[in-house]
Amino acid sequence: MSGTEYSPPGRRRNWGRIVLGLYCGLVLSFLMLPIVVVFPLSFSSASYLQFPPPGFSLQWYERYLETPSWISATIVSLQVGIGTTILATILGTMVAFSLVRGTYPGKPWVDRLVAAPIVVPNIIIAVAIYGLFADLKLIGNWYGVMIGHTVYAIPFVVLVVSAALRNFDVSQEHAAMGLGASRLRAVFTVTFPQIKPAIISGAFLAFITSFDELIIALFLSGSNMTLPKKMFENIISEIDPTISAVSVLQIVLVGIVLFLSQRLGAGVSPIKS
Amino acid sequence: MTSLITWFRRNGAMREHAGPVALSLPAVIFLLILFAIPVVQLMLLSVQSGSFEHYEKAFTDELYVTVLLNTFKIALMVTVISFLLAYPLAYYLTIASPMWRAIGMFCLLMPFWTSILVRTYAWMAILGRRGIVNEALLSLGIIDTPVSLLYNTSAVLVGMVHVLMPYMVFPLYAVMRRVDPNLMQAAFGLGAPAWRAFARVYFPMTMPGVLAGASLVFILSMGFFITPVLLGGGRVTMIAVLIEQFVTEFLAWEFAGALSMALLAFTLVVYGTFKWFMKSERNLA
Repeated sequence: MSGTEYSPPGRRRNWGRIVLGLYCGLVLSFLMLPIVVVFPLSFSSASYLQFPPPGFSLQWYERYLETPSWISATIVSLQVGIGTTILATILGTMVAFSLVRGTYPGKPWVDRLVAAPIVVPNIIIAVAIYGLFADLKLIGNWYGVMIGHTVYAIPFVVLVVSAALRNFDVSQEHAAMGLGASRLRAVFTVTFPQIKPAIISGAFLAFITSFDELIIALFLSGSNMTLPKKMFENIISEIDPTISAVSVLQIVLVGIVLFLSQRLGAGVSPIKS
Repeated sequence: MTSLITWFRRNGAMREHAGPVALSLPAVIFLLILFAIPVVQLMLLSVQSGSFEHYEKAFTDELYVTVLLNTFKIALMVTVISFLLAYPLAYYLTIASPMWRAIGMFCLLMPFWTSILVRTYAWMAILGRRGIVNEALLSLGIIDTPVSLLYNTSAVLVGMVHVLMPYMVFPLYAVMRRVDPNLMQAAFGLGAPAWRAFARVYFPMTMPGVLAGASLVFILSMGFFITPVLLGGGRVTMIAVLIEQFVTEFLAWEFAGALSMALLAFTLVVYGTFKWFMKSERNLA
């Protein structure tokens, strides 16, 4: 052991780095595999799940467009998603302001209540709301699903908006008020424009959350199915390749939403900086 | 709420607090009526009969004990496998060139934002009897007849790790980015071999990320529903699947309430332990 002198372990570290790179390449391929597989399947000319596809056809996209139940499920999902987005963004932004700016007794409890739907498993939220809505005869209405999704989406909006509010310098608002603006006016003309990207990101996040959500929809949507519920039932009962066409459309739609949120909002990165 | 308002009046603080409280009210009322109260009601249902018979049943009947243990086992396995895949990947993302980091991030985020249903369906296409793996093995002559790769615990693990692994990468990456590379150089300079520098210097510094990722993945695993149902094909039962069955098929709300309570309790214990660890870690630092 002549361990005192420091020699950069060049060769060994290079080998280590190559092994690490290969390992990570495998992990990333594992992550991408299902996404990559769906595309060729959706253009398959086979009448059942077959890989590799024997030929190219658009039959599954046609099937999707011609089947009323797929189209109505898409419409319900969009309706629920847009409703959830509006409701969760308004409620979430308001409570984020209150949590970041206010000091009042009980605030830690408000904080916990608002964050709880992320921690509590979805199945429990779904069953609990199902119990309430079954009594109120709200099962099978799109707005019932929307309410359930809003519960689940509020924490995401609060997370994104309150992070932006914490970074916002309040003295700008005070300056506006010092120059004679009312508090409301100061908030709307000074604060809002600056945290708008975060609000937009929160809104997109709420939309994606709702558009992808299955468990709450499974319980609350009844025969008025959302797209994930329709897909779930289809996978369980028959698995026809129409799902791969729907999957591709869904991947494209979520891609567009993420792109828009990157351009218009502050992005929806799950990595805290 | 009314007591809050009287409190404000009494303290003459009404004006100061009114704004923030009013802003929180819509969301608070919404979540109380549509989330907190229904969840509490579900819990109350489980002890409605005045006894703990449903809990007794859940924790003593062999059938349900098996499901509880199975849920725990799967959640643990998913957490460990995710860690083994995520840790090197997160580290690589911190040292990779900008181009490779961008590629890595894309491969991580693209599946992350894709619907779980779409991904589960794709795994069925990959692992199914006429799926990619079977076709490949058949054409290579390794097997003669398709092997069944779906509807077992391994298939469920593959699907769940795929969904949950990114949740492990994100906190790890966030923590690793802040680790000062000079510390590792210092350890090398003092003569530590690479494994030792890693075990004694690097790994302890990334511990908050490990804990955050592991508890997140474990909590999410325990409540999993879609993957066990579709990739387990009814043969792999987890607690969430059981809850759904008891509500929709047997209309046994009281028992479903007891199972939900058990799931929630496990979740909160893991969450609380994590919070406690983070707090003591912060107090040490």
